[in-house]
Amino acid sequence: MSDIINLTLSALINKIKKKELSSREITNAYITRAEKSKNLNTYITTDFENAIEKAKKFDEKGNFNYKLPGIPLAVKDLFCTNNLKTTAGSKILSNFIPSYESTVTQHLWDEGAILLGKLNCDEFAMGSSNETSFFGNVESPVGKKVVPGGSSGGSASALAGKLTPATIGTDTGGSIRQPASFTGTVGLKPTYGSCSRYGIVAFASSLDQAGPMTQDVSDAALMLDVISKYDTKDSTSVNFKRGDYFKSLSSNIKGKKIGIPKEYRVDGMPKEIENLWQDGITLLKKLGAKIIDISLPHTKYALPAYYIVAPAEASSNLARYDGVKYGYRSEGENLISMYENTRSEGFGDEVKRRIMIGTYVLSSGYYDAYYLKAQKIRRLIKNDFDEAYKSVDVILTPSTPSSAFKIGDKTDDPVSMYLNDIFTVPVNLSGLPAISIPAGKDKNNYPLGLQLIGKAFEEQNLLNISYSMEKELSFKNNLQDWWIK
Amino acid sequence: MSIDLKTIKHIAKLSRISIDDKKAKELEKDLNSIFEFIEALNKVDTKKVDPLTSIAETSLKLRGDEVKTKNIREQILKNSPEENKDFFVVPKVVE
Repeated sequence: MSDIINLTLSALINKIKKKELSSREITNAYITRAEKSKNLNTYITTDFENAIEKAKKFDEKGNFNYKLPGIPLAVKDLFCTNNLKTTAGSKILSNFIPSYESTVTQHLWDEGAILLGKLNCDEFAMGSSNETSFFGNVESPVGKKVVPGGSSGGSASALAGKLTPATIGTDTGGSIRQPASFTGTVGLKPTYGSCSRYGIVAFASSLDQAGPMTQDVSDAALMLDVISKYDTKDSTSVNFKRGDYFKSLSSNIKGKKIGIPKEYRVDGMPKEIENLWQDGITLLKKLGAKIIDISLPHTKYALPAYYIVAPAEASSNLARYDGVKYGYRSEGENLISMYENTRSEGFGDEVKRRIMIGTYVLSSGYYDAYYLKAQKIRRLIKNDFDEAYKSVDVILTPSTPSSAFKIGDKTDDPVSMYLNDIFTVPVNLSGLPAISIPAGKDKNNYPLGLQLIGKAFEEQNLLNISYSMEKELSFKNNLQDWWIK
Repeated sequence: MSIDLKTIKHIAKLSRISIDDKKAKELEKDLNSIFEFIEALNKVDTKKVDPLTSIAETSLKLRGDEVKTKNIREQILKNSPEENKDFFVVPKVVE
């Protein structure tokens, strides 16, 4: 059984297709391990009994030509799942049972995957350490009392801890890439418009994007094949010609032009991150790529602009949680006080902070000074990338300015928490695709990630370059299973 | 600039979030440190820049207004916090 959980997603699929393993054996292996891994607090809701039933059915008469034949998967609890509680990590949705399925999870089930359960995340995906969840902290398998990153922290922990062979998360400002970097896993944020947002609990609609979190780059390509599809239910879904990502994987990157932005060399960045970046550059040269120094001059304004745009959109999106049609309700003497008490008790501190920032920047008299200003800065940040892509194919940066930190280290100071996303946020503001791959470790043996940022809709390029790097890096997490009981 | 306690309470009102004085003071501190950080944007001259409102700069596609889901009325009402088989219930608004 220990063999099963050590296999990559693609290896499991091969074993199922060759009938060397059954869906039931695989599903049981992950369930058994999850039951011994409750310490990590990765799951908000499990659906194990149904998963075993579905696996049995798959073994009896499943279609082995599916892309994910009988593969059990756990997903972030931000994706609505029909008839299964979906909380977004919030008290206000703690009893919400959707009557529909998100498009991307539907794609997983349509290709034969089986739902194991719903994974913990920061409340409404607002956080960088999974410490804002109503359902408690998630611990990282990487070390005791270490955060897995966020907001897709439960997904990252479950994946690194081998409780699911692969998973999907969402990324609004780095919520796939930062936790991937903290846990030694691969996280891909596709181009805005690639994966449907239908049925994903909305945070900031112009930034939100779903994407794969996997053990290696091939698995990410495979998952992207399944979830990247045009959808008429999402008005910003883009109908472009998608690649055959997994089949087209190639490690030949000779002549590819890689940009190195000088603005990502920030003050106070640890030496080990600087070295990691330098080693990445050396490796790409060795693989035949051409290194070109570039400038993205507005980088330092990305985070402040993001903290206007994202809260503004969040304050609008979260206006729907009023205790009337679904979710938690608190009593009040009249309608308004019922709303106010419901939202005061139903939302956590970080969510309230962001709703208030958003309400303020959109309020009468401040709109031009803040919201409009931020949208103009957003244009300048995107223009920087457009200009850079005239001379390069992809851009290489560190994924995060530090490695994983301890639980409680940054909760007192919101701004220090926000700085975690300094390298990931510009990508969301510009709608570009980016991937984080594990590339080394710090002095505590915690993983460090490198980020590759691509041109819009050119995920194949990103995947190929990271695939070729991954082969040479041969990163291993070597976790000690300290949390198993 | 700084956001005073009165403004914090006003924003809370607009946000439909009830806060007590202790919470208001905490929020005053947090929001001021966040806005101090945001103020950096004022250094950039954006007079001649168009705002970027959406990354997918395409026009919205139209589709026919057809019912595609089956009747899930009961399922939807089941999520309602206060039970009543036909309606969503709120505190009395009209005397």
